[in-house]
Amino acid sequence: MSTVEERVKKIVCEQLGVKESEVQNSSSFVEDLGADSLDTVELVMALEEEFETEIPDEEAEKLASVQDAIDYIVAHT
Amino acid sequence: MSKRRVVITGMGMLSPLGNDVATSWEAVLAGRSGIGMIDRFDTSGYGTRIGGAIKNLDLESYLSTKEARKLDAFIHYGLIAAQQAVDDSGLAEYAALDKDRVGIAIGSGIGGLEYIEKSVLTMEKSGPRKVSPFFVPASVINMISGNAAIRFGYRGPNIAIVTACTTGTHNIGYAARTIAYGDADVMLAGGSEMATTRTGVAAFSSARALSTRNDEPEKASRPWDRDRDGFVLSDGAGVLVMEELEHAKKRGATIYGELVGFGMSDDAHHITAPPEDGEGAARSMDNALRDAGLKPEDVDYINAHGTSTQVGDVAEIAAAKRVFGAHAGRLAMSSTKSMTGHLLGAAGAVEAIFSLLAIRDGVLPPTINLDNPDEGCDLDLVPNTCRKSDVRVALSNSFGFGGTNGTLIMRRYEG
Repeated sequence: MSTVEERVKKIVCEQLGVKESEVQNSSSFVEDLGADSLDTVELVMALEEEFETEIPDEEAEKLASVQDAIDYIVAHT
Repeated sequence: MSKRRVVITGMGMLSPLGNDVATSWEAVLAGRSGIGMIDRFDTSGYGTRIGGAIKNLDLESYLSTKEARKLDAFIHYGLIAAQQAVDDSGLAEYAALDKDRVGIAIGSGIGGLEYIEKSVLTMEKSGPRKVSPFFVPASVINMISGNAAIRFGYRGPNIAIVTACTTGTHNIGYAARTIAYGDADVMLAGGSEMATTRTGVAAFSSARALSTRNDEPEKASRPWDRDRDGFVLSDGAGVLVMEELEHAKKRGATIYGELVGFGMSDDAHHITAPPEDGEGAARSMDNALRDAGLKPEDVDYINAHGTSTQVGDVAEIAAAKRVFGAHAGRLAMSSTKSMTGHLLGAAGAVEAIFSLLAIRDGVLPPTINLDNPDEGCDLDLVPNTCRKSDVRVALSNSFGFGGTNGTLIMRRYEG
């Protein structure tokens, strides 16, 4: 069974079209991984699907980095 | 104001006959059909199970996986044809190109139907919060032109005309006017389509527009033949690089031909069917001849709309007789849809390219599957095999739902 971190990183790679080696925990979706505002919306949808959870819009807006996403998932699932 | 002259200096194409211009043209000259069984979705329960699909496309050599995922297939096809046309034109190597003077007019008849279907199903299953933020930019029709502008950095006029099966022709005609009028020096123009989806095929079937010759797909598209039973829905795209003559000469571009005439009209008759006498189609051809300053006798070849429907095929014959009189019996008229099927909004662009190649190579593309010409279909329809013939002036017709007609006239470039 993969860890939350591995699963989050896998989704980030798929959604943003980046290689695994480019994704660090500290990576910012917009600044480091080339996401635009629409990409980040879709990324959150994919995370919701993977972890069978709902991330409210006001929380989703705060998820700026890979670590933010991991922390949110760990705290809420 | 005298019109600036417009020439074609680049061409790109994806069709059921091949994933570039050369391969598609080779198939046309060999009289091969690109029609087969639809395998994009399960066709159980469908009256029509055949279509013309793009096969073995190397999408990744044109678009990144991330880009591709955010765009419907009709945009993939349009962008690939545009890239091929730009590559063919040599524009990217022309350092003096003023990109503010390069525009784009690439449309589609229907747009992102597959993406729309997928999004509606997602919404039904998972609710509105799961509808992708890319749904709109992935499926609306002007997003080939929009994405191509970003891709190539072309900042001139950007538009996508939508007129059903006349889309490709109208975009090319409009692009020619844009150059002639002085609003741009270069235009990418054409159309793209990917409507062989679950609802696309179902809806055209319900309209009784499609051939149901499921056991002989390669014989299904048979314009003017007695046993025709409707058109075959196909996918693909065609894009031309159109250029002001002096601009093309200055950079030493290869010139495929000159776009000399563009005409339009409407039948004002019925939403999907033409009048049997082809009156609207005839006026479209008349208008194009007037725009070109040519006489009917100057036309050597007509690339017909010729979709293989009962009424449409004979109406176009009637229209040609109306416009060309006795000369109708001397010119050649063929339907390359007999091989490609009907690419809807891409058809006019693909057929403009075939017309230019007929001029370049001095060869008349055939109408395949024309075994028994229907009553009254007594013109030279170039049955079944291509034929060498000097083609100086070629005319290409497109007619669409809404009764909208468009005609392009292309002439060999002779200085």
